[in-house]
This record gives sequence, structure tokens and C-alpha cells, in this order.
Amino acid sequence: MRDELPDIDCRGLRDQIAAGDVKSVAVTKAVFEQIEKHERTIGAYINTFKEQALAKAQKIDDKIAAGEPVGKLAGVPVAIKDNMCTTFGATTCASKILENFHSPYNATVVEKLLAADAVIVGKTNMDEFAMGSSTENSGLKQTVNPWDTSRVPGGSSGGSTAAVAARFCYAALGSDTGGSIRQPASFCGVVGLKPTYGRVSRFGLVAYGSSLDQIGPITRTVGDCALMMNVIAGYDPADSTSIDEKTAPVPDYLEKLDEPIKRLKIGTVPELNAGSDSDVQKAISGAIEVYKKLGVEIVEIEMPHFDYAIAPYYIIATAEASSNLARYDGVHYGHRTKNPKDYIEVYTKSRAEGFGKEVKRRIMLGTYALSSGYYDAYYLKALKVRNLIRGDFTKAFERCEVILMPVSPTTAFKIDEKVDDPLKMYLSDIYTIAANLAGIPSISVPCGFDKNNLPIGLQILSPAFSEDKLLRIARMYEKETDWHKKKPVIS
Amino acid sequence: MSELQYKVVVGLEIHVHLGTKTKMFCGCELSFGEEANSRVCPVCLGMPGVLPVMNKQAFEYAVLVAMALNCEVAKFTKWDRKGYYYPDLPKNYQISQYDLPLSRNGFIEIPLESGKTKRIGIIRAHLEEDAGKNLHATGNFSQVDLNRAGTPLLEIVTEPDMNSAAEVRALAEELQRIVRYLGVSEADMQKGHMRFEPNVNLVITKNGKEYKTPIVEVKNLNSFRALEKSIEYEIGRQAERFLETGEVMEMGNKSTHGWDDIKEATVLQREKEEAHDYRYFPEPDLVPVELTEQWLKDIKSRLCELPIKKQMRYVNEYKLSDYDAGVLTAERTTGEFFDEVVKAGGEPKRVCNLLTQVGLKLANEKGCSVAELGVKPDALAQLAKMIEAGTVSATASTVIFEKMVKAGKEPEIIAKEHNLIQKSDAGKLKKIVEQVLADNQKAVDDAKSGDKKSKKAMSFLLGQVMQKTKGQANPKVVSEILEKKLG
Repeated sequence: MRDELPDIDCRGLRDQIAAGDVKSVAVTKAVFEQIEKHERTIGAYINTFKEQALAKAQKIDDKIAAGEPVGKLAGVPVAIKDNMCTTFGATTCASKILENFHSPYNATVVEKLLAADAVIVGKTNMDEFAMGSSTENSGLKQTVNPWDTSRVPGGSSGGSTAAVAARFCYAALGSDTGGSIRQPASFCGVVGLKPTYGRVSRFGLVAYGSSLDQIGPITRTVGDCALMMNVIAGYDPADSTSIDEKTAPVPDYLEKLDEPIKRLKIGTVPELNAGSDSDVQKAISGAIEVYKKLGVEIVEIEMPHFDYAIAPYYIIATAEASSNLARYDGVHYGHRTKNPKDYIEVYTKSRAEGFGKEVKRRIMLGTYALSSGYYDAYYLKALKVRNLIRGDFTKAFERCEVILMPVSPTTAFKIDEKVDDPLKMYLSDIYTIAANLAGIPSISVPCGFDKNNLPIGLQILSPAFSEDKLLRIARMYEKETDWHKKKPVIS
Repeated sequence: MSELQYKVVVGLEIHVHLGTKTKMFCGCELSFGEEANSRVCPVCLGMPGVLPVMNKQAFEYAVLVAMALNCEVAKFTKWDRKGYYYPDLPKNYQISQYDLPLSRNGFIEIPLESGKTKRIGIIRAHLEEDAGKNLHATGNFSQVDLNRAGTPLLEIVTEPDMNSAAEVRALAEELQRIVRYLGVSEADMQKGHMRFEPNVNLVITKNGKEYKTPIVEVKNLNSFRALEKSIEYEIGRQAERFLETGEVMEMGNKSTHGWDDIKEATVLQREKEEAHDYRYFPEPDLVPVELTEQWLKDIKSRLCELPIKKQMRYVNEYKLSDYDAGVLTAERTTGEFFDEVVKAGGEPKRVCNLLTQVGLKLANEKGCSVAELGVKPDALAQLAKMIEAGTVSATASTVIFEKMVKAGKEPEIIAKEHNLIQKSDAGKLKKIVEQVLADNQKAVDDAKSGDKKSKKAMSFLLGQVMQKTKGQANPKVVSEILEKKLG
């Protein structure tokens, strides 16, 4: 007998499980069947935990049968990007240097998922240390796009978005330093939210660019993003950069989700949109039309410093990365070279053997930017530009509630198409990195398909700590469209 | 070797462990001598994904020291990462403070042998985390113990204002006294709670011209003695080297020497100062610290009278000797107890004698402070008053103090119980004196003779009276009676 894989969102699934109408064990089994059927093609996971997942599902089912209260994600199979620490399985960051690293603790978000009774299916593939836009920089395996297996899933959270799109889980966690949730979400036709910097604890997220990194949900619907936020958002005393809830209270993101915002003003930046492929431009225009029909006022705004975002992003992110990744030295844990001559060789050889090409490139870039004599010209200047971009948003949000733009100038590109041209790869982040530099929330929602039947994402950006509003505005659009209901046929 | 005219110039870089309960950025307890790597957690091990959380107590301790060092305390201070690779540094960067330290521009008053004080400038004091320790056992490997990693460390940098080894030692000891007074560190040099790295050179005057010798930084100093000796050694070595080579200070010829405790000599470690590039940048995992007025006030309220101030006050106001004032101010509790006894009416010099001659000895035996002997300041002040009034002798007061500690009774009660009250009744004493004079005609004659025998005879007669009264006669009163009778 084949277990049914309910085609339903997390909220619905959770309620059915909690009501006892559907067994978590049955759903979890069905998810693993789907994985077993297609994972060899897709390659979304670095590690799966079938036995533990089924045992956990059974436990939840038993709890429900016994009439005990269950959490917000009771019995729902979810996946975690492999740069979040778990005491179960390895935490590899898709790097050879951490291939066999087992964390002694769980990331705060993982603890929160477990406390919400989620069933953890596995840990997903990614660009090594989250450095990349295609998941091709994984040091461990290749992930392909479920919509077209000759194409990349986007990155760096490509494993998570591919897993959600391929129905290998009902929701996943990703991390976003320069677009790493939103861009692969758009490439894979799923919803991805990068919350405000400080809204979700980074404790246990293996750092890439500490001042930019933020964990967020990847789901099939906007509502599921809201549900996931209800589970993972909030102050964490272990993360000094997380915001206390007196300053910014955490609302119930689901409470008013279906209430449209009245007298809504949405900003667009026409000259920015013009930089995308024509199919992407068309899809964005289509989205604007949908909002217009809902009575939304569209205002054209200017983002004068937007074009300068890429340089400061790659300086700040790589500078922080060069320092964050210094600890992978073969001394305390992780890969250590065999037969080093002295302790210097423990460093140099372990790192040379353990890190991939892109990681090395970024460490060198960052090291250079921080070197004495260059600091002012690069790092300090980058911080100044970052402030200008923040200023652009502050000004823009005086005229509108949210800003619409593409997530990526293109849809999913072919595997190997850009690997030899890192600059071209970097430039494809143009639309997403500004939100990280400004620390504001931003969501990607499916808004159409291109001529190759590849998904296109609509990006909506809003002021800091306004995720509730952002989700409601995204939901207004989603309710009017069917894009999110489309499923890839895995060949 | 011709007589060389020179001035010694020394500046210090000092690291003080702050004695907080837990480490600077995690919840691990501070420890010493525990099993290697037993006081560690993912944060101080620098595991992937961990984040630091500032220890508020460490910050307050640091501010307290900065205030005691008369520094300007910054209202806004931030953290920076200092990058360098070393196996005892788990993250390969140290969380420190670079361009916005929590304090700067202060000074410390140090006591000089002349009894005067000297002001030494403090350039800055900032907080950082300590590294672990590399253990080099036998075999072709090394081990790392990270128990110490993450211990809060206050780095203090002085101006090069010290001009002798003695001054350097005085500063070190004064700083130790200050941090102990403030209760922010045990400041035990053997345990590495205080580490001093002097930068030493000479300004030599020869034929009317000045020459500066290359600066030497000395490391591995684990005692005040080593600190002092190393500077004395460097003075000699640098003077000799100048005569031999004429080498003077220039860019890049600063060197690092280690102190060899057995040879009592500094040993060259690094010829030229390596061009370190620490690639400092703001620590993105921590938020800057803003010191509000209220917080600053709270911390300030924990300041106390500094030891040097106390010491000078004892000398100037109470006319105590430098030595006694030094003994009383060596520990904060002693000085504060002394102050309380004086406040309760004890005459300072008497109280000082009671404490330095009896109290500290008893406290030392019991392994506690004088304040913890169980003698109330009031009671001790009373004892001092009894000595002052002649009710008890200085000798008897020692016994009384000891019994006060044991019995916890008032000094008067003890004195009465043990017959230690001095007889000062002139009438009664007169009779005893007369008796003694009658029994010792030879001594009386000698005393009256007025030559050099008389002094000896007088003290003999006084002794006889004391013996007859079992030591309870007030010698002052007896002397007066004797003088009158024989004078």
C-alpha cells in the first residue's frame, strides 16, 4: 500500500494531524517515499534521518491519541539547511572541512522546531558556507532544480528550496546573507522570507557574514511562512544582535494574515526592473496589475544608491567571512591534514584541502579588504555605502508601505553556465543584497513562469520588523493567483 | 668603562584577570588548576555557529578599575576582532577593543621610597578575552588547554613614565593593591592573574648629545621580583651594548626578550618586531555598549578610598610612620577596620599598634581578616582608650586583645576578670614605693647620687614596684612618685 502524500500546506497538515485525521507517521513515510523516488535526481539533502523522523512522528501521533497538547508544527516534516547546528547528524555547511563535524549543541531555531513538535526530515545541501547563488559551490554534492534538472536550484539555500519544491518536506529553513533564501525560492517556485536582521536568533547558524546573515522559512505558501515565523521568531539571550521583544514585539503572524491592508501604497523602481530579462519584467508588471486591481496605489520611487550595493556587500560579507572562517584550522575540530610538518602546516594544508575554490576566493578577498592600509578604502567605505542604502529605504518607506521588484534578473540558469565567471554570478544578486545591507525583511513569492516554464519570483521589501504587514501584502497577491499551486514534474 | 650618563625609560603593558564568576563571553566558570579542557563550552571553544554574550560584571569591573586609574570612561564603546592564528586561540581572532576602548587618559599615583608619590600616565585600559594555553609535553605534538580561554582580561597601557626598576615594581604593587581593594581580581602573579610586559630603553647623554637605545619588550615575568630584576638587567645590557655598538632606536629595531628566571637574564626571543597585521574590524556579533549616567553612577558608588590616598592620610593626619601606614593599607579590610576603630574614638597610634602588633598576627593565624576576628570596632576603640587612660598597660592590652578574640567579651570585663587593670591610685602606690625604698637602701643611694648609676638604680626600683604589684602598677605613676621621693 502506498502512503498518501497530502497536497496541502503546513497549517492544514498540522491541523489534520492534530485532529487525528491524518497520521504524522503516514505523512512522514510518504515524504520519505518521495525522497527515495527522486532524491537521486534532485540531490537536495546532505543527510536524512528516516528512522528518527518516523520515531518522532510516532511519538507525536501517540501524544495526539492520548489527548496531549501538541506544538504548532505537530508532525509536520521539515528540513534544515546544513549550516544550522544539530546534535543529530553532521553539520557540514557542505564543506569538506566540516564533513564529519558533529555539533555538541542545537541551534536556537532547531530547538524551536523541536519544541513545536516538527519532524526533522534531514539537512539540505547548500553552497559551501552559504557562499554562492547556485548551490554549485557545495563541496559535497550537486543539487538540481526540480523544474528542470539541467538547471541550478539557485543558492545558497538551494537544497532547502529544491526539497520544498520537490515535496521532500513541507517546509524548510534557509539562511539569507545576500539573497540565499529568496533567489533559490524564486528559482524553485516556492515562498521564501528573509526576516529583519535580529528577528530570528542566529545562535547555531554557522556564520558567513555575521552582520548580514539571517535565518528564514522556505515554504509552499505565504501562510506557511507566517506559521514558521510564529515558531522561530523572537529574542534569544544567546544572540546579542537579536532584538528584545519590548523594542519590537513579535506579533502572531497568522492572526491577520488574510486581512488585506487598506489604502495600501506600493513602491516600484521602474529603472531597476528594466535590468531583468523580459519574461521577468513581464511577470513583475503582471504582479503590479494584480495589486492595482485590488485598489492598491502604485508609486514610483527612486533608489539612487541601489546600483552600488554589490561592491559593499562583497566587501562586508567577505571581510566578515575571512574572520568567521579562521576557526576552521584543523586544530580543534574538522578536517586536519595528514602528517603536517609543524603547526603552521596544520593550518595551511588543512585549510587548503578542506575549503573549496569559492570559499578560498572570498576569504582572500575579505582578508585583503581588512588589511592594514586598505581598511579605510574598502571596509570603511563599504560601511558608508551601506548607510546610504539604508537611507534610500528610509526615504522610500516614507512614500510607500512596501517596495516591489524582481528577486533575480533571470530565472534558473544552466548548471555550469556561470561557474567560471564569478563576477557574473555576483552581479545576479543585485536585487536581493540591498535588503541584507539595510537589515530589512524581504519575501519572494511565485509570480509566473518564463518561456521555459521556469518559475519567476516577485520580491516584496518592507521596513524593519514589519514582517506581519509584509506577509499580509504578499498574501493579498497570493490569494489572487495560482502560481504557488503549480508543482514541478520531476523527470 | 667610562661612567655613562643615562635615563631609564619604561612603559608597561599590563594584563589583569578580572575575578568574575564566569568568562567574558560565555557562562563557563573561571578556574585555575582544573583538569585541562574541563571548563569549556561551545562558545569558548569557538565551535561553528556560536555567538558571544558580554559579561556585564566584567564590564563593570573594568570600568571600576578605569575610574580608580583616573581615566576618562567612554560613554560609548565597542568590540573589535583582532585576528591572528595561534593554536591557543580557538576562533583565531580575539575579541578585544581597538579604536574605542572603554577608557583612556588616566594616571596612577605610586609611592616612592622617599615617602613622596609619583604620577604615572595611563594611555588606555580596555577589555578583551584571554587565550588558552599551549602545553608542550614530550613527543612530537603539542596540546591545548582552553580552560583559560575567554577569561575577562583588562589590558592597561601606561605612558613610558617610569625611570627605574624600583618605580616599575612600585607601580606593579600599587596596581595589585588597587585591584584587590576594588575586589575585582585576586591579582595573584603566580596564577597569571597579572602579567606585566615592560618596554625598556635608555636615553644616554654623551658629549652633550642624546642617544636612545632600541626598545626591548620583556615577556614571561611571573613575579614582582622578576619584573624588577629584568629591568635592572636590561639597563646594564643596553648600556653595555650601546658602548659596544652605538646602536640607537630606529623604525623596526624593537625586539622582544624573554626573562629566564634561573639565569636571571633576559633572552632574545624576536630580533625585529614582526609587522603584525591584526586586521582589526568591528565585532559584528556584539552590540556596542552605551554607558548611561545611571549605570555609571551605580558603578562609581562601588569605588572606595584608594590605598595610596589612605596611606598618605594615615601619615599626614595621624602621624603614623610610612611603614605602619603601608601595613594598614596593604589590604582594604585592614584599613577600613582601622578607620572604624578610629572613628569609634580609638587614638590612631594606639589602634595602629594594636592592629599591627596583635590583630594582624591573630588574623594571620586564623586565616581571616582583622575585621573577621569577631572584635567590634567599638570594643577595640575602648581598649585603645584604656591604654590611653593608663587603665591597662600596653603589655596587658596584648593579652586582653587575644582574649577578646577568644571570648568575645568587652575589654573592661576581660581586664577585670584577669586582674589586668593597672593600679594608678597614687595613694596606694605611694605606700608600696615607700616599702620598696625602705628595702633597697643601696639603690636609693645610687639613685640619689646623680651620677650615671642613678638611671640604672631608678629603673631597678621601678622594677621592684612592678614586681610587688604583679605588673599592675601604672609605670608612669610609679615613676612620678619615685622622682618625687628621690629627685
